[in-house]
Order: sequence, then C-alpha cells, then structure tokens
Amino acid sequence: MTIANFTPYSALIGGFLIGLSAALLMLFNGRVAGISGILAGLSVPKMEDGLWRIFFVIGLILGPIFFKIFSIELPQTQLSGFWMMWLGAGLLVGYGTQLGSGCTSGHGVCGLARLSLRSLAATLTFMFVAGLVVFLSRHVFSAGV
Amino acid sequence: MFKNFIALVCGIIFSLGLLVSEMVSPKKIQDFLDITGQWDPSLALVMAGALLTLGGLQQLFIFKRPRPLLEEKFFVTNNNAIDLRLIIGAAIFGLGWGLAGFCPGPAIVALTLNPLEASLFVAGMVLGILLFNRLNRLNSASDPDL
Repeated sequence: MTIANFTPYSALIGGFLIGLSAALLMLFNGRVAGISGILAGLSVPKMEDGLWRIFFVIGLILGPIFFKIFSIELPQTQLSGFWMMWLGAGLLVGYGTQLGSGCTSGHGVCGLARLSLRSLAATLTFMFVAGLVVFLSRHVFSAGV
Repeated sequence: MFKNFIALVCGIIFSLGLLVSEMVSPKKIQDFLDITGQWDPSLALVMAGALLTLGGLQQLFIFKRPRPLLEEKFFVTNNNAIDLRLIIGAAIFGLGWGLAGFCPGPAIVALTLNPLEASLFVAGMVLGILLFNRLNRLNSASDPDL
C-alpha cells in the first residue's frame, strides 16, 4: 500500500460543509440529511411532507453552478466501464439503499454522528463490500478500471 | 415556505461539500476503496470532518432543544436493529458503489457536471427504488429510517 493523491485540507473543508448542511437541516426541519432517504420519500405516494425533498435535490443539482463562482475548476466525474454497468450499478445502489435504509450520508454520516451501532454495522458492511469489488476489478480481473 | 428554502440551502451546501472534497469523482472514491493499491485516504477525512461538525452541533446544541425550529419534532429513527435486511441491503449498496464509484448524493450532483453518464446511473437508481417499493414496501410496514 502506498498513499497517493491525498487531499487532506479540501477533504476536511468538504466534510465540514456536509456536516454543517446536515446540522442545519436537523436544527430547522428536524430531518436527517440522508440522500437515499430523501429520494425514497420522493417516490412514495404520500407526498404531504415531500416538497422539501424536491428542494433539497434541486439544491444538490444547483451546487456546481454556485461552485463555479468560487473555484477555478470542477472535479472530474467520469465513470469507468460502459453504460450497462452504470445502469446496473445504479440499480444496485437504489435497491440496496432502500433495503438497508440508508447510504453513505444516512448511515455513514448522520447515523454515525448519533453513535448508532445500526449505522456502524451498515457502514462497515458497504465499505467492506465496495472495497472488495474495487480490489477484484483493479487487481484480479482488471476490468478497465 | 421557509422549510423548503432551508432544504434548498442545505442541498446547495451539501453539494458544495461534495464538490470541494471531490467526493463527486468516482475515481477518487475508488482510490479510497483500493487500500491495497495507490490508496487515497481523503474520504476518511471527509467523513471525520462531517462527523465532528454534525455530531458536535447535535450533541451540544441541536438535540438539547425540545424540538427543531420549524417542526414539532425531530424525525429521527429509534430503530436500533442490526438485522439481515440491513446487512444485505448495505452489501447490495456496497456492490453498486464499488462498481461505479457513485453513491446517491454525488450521482445527483454529477447530473449537472456529466449529464450523459450520471443520468444513466441515476435512472438505474430510480428503477432500483421503484423496484424496492414494488417488492418490499407493499408487504412491509417498516419504512426506511434514514
């Protein structure tokens, strides 16, 4: 193992902003800033409490436009592989986060910040499986990653 | 309504956090997951920064209040169960996360930056959520808690 491309300062600043966003949403609206949970609420028919979710998602989409004002260049978001893989990976992420009640933000940030053992178990599980997938694709099968 | 405005602002701040830290980059995510290769520990510091900020503010200030500013209660789950459903769900999520390097937040932010690729992933994600609703939620009283 060697360490490469480590960006500690921007990582800490980004983490602070994510934590601040989640804290404000809890302080004002009493809601958990878990993205998969916010998306789940959008798709469930009962939408009486749903409008804020749409606004949060619009905020996520608008972020890069605001980011351009402050920054010189936007980060790369290219995916590796091919289109069917992206669709399939999306399907797994969509289904898995609903079955497991959360994603990186819901369990990995909001749940852990409440010291939830349930979220710790989920976070360790998805980190381990994702790590295994990357290990296999980069070092065993080398499928173009 | 003010609650929607707060949600919009929070969405923008969250998005900026993912952008500053480059967590919207699938390569950077996979470089973090690749601990036996050229390891990029950045994601761990993003989580540490977010956890310290959110955990600190919640324990010292937010959860000391009887209720949020604009709602009558905190919508926080009291589900502590570590069951098979949680573990299998997290494992399926991890599979997709490792394959693409996108989790839900970054995928949505990337819609603006890389619409062609990100919209395919997001389309898959929406299909996955709908599939779950079709298969599980109709037979089960428990809704996702996060």
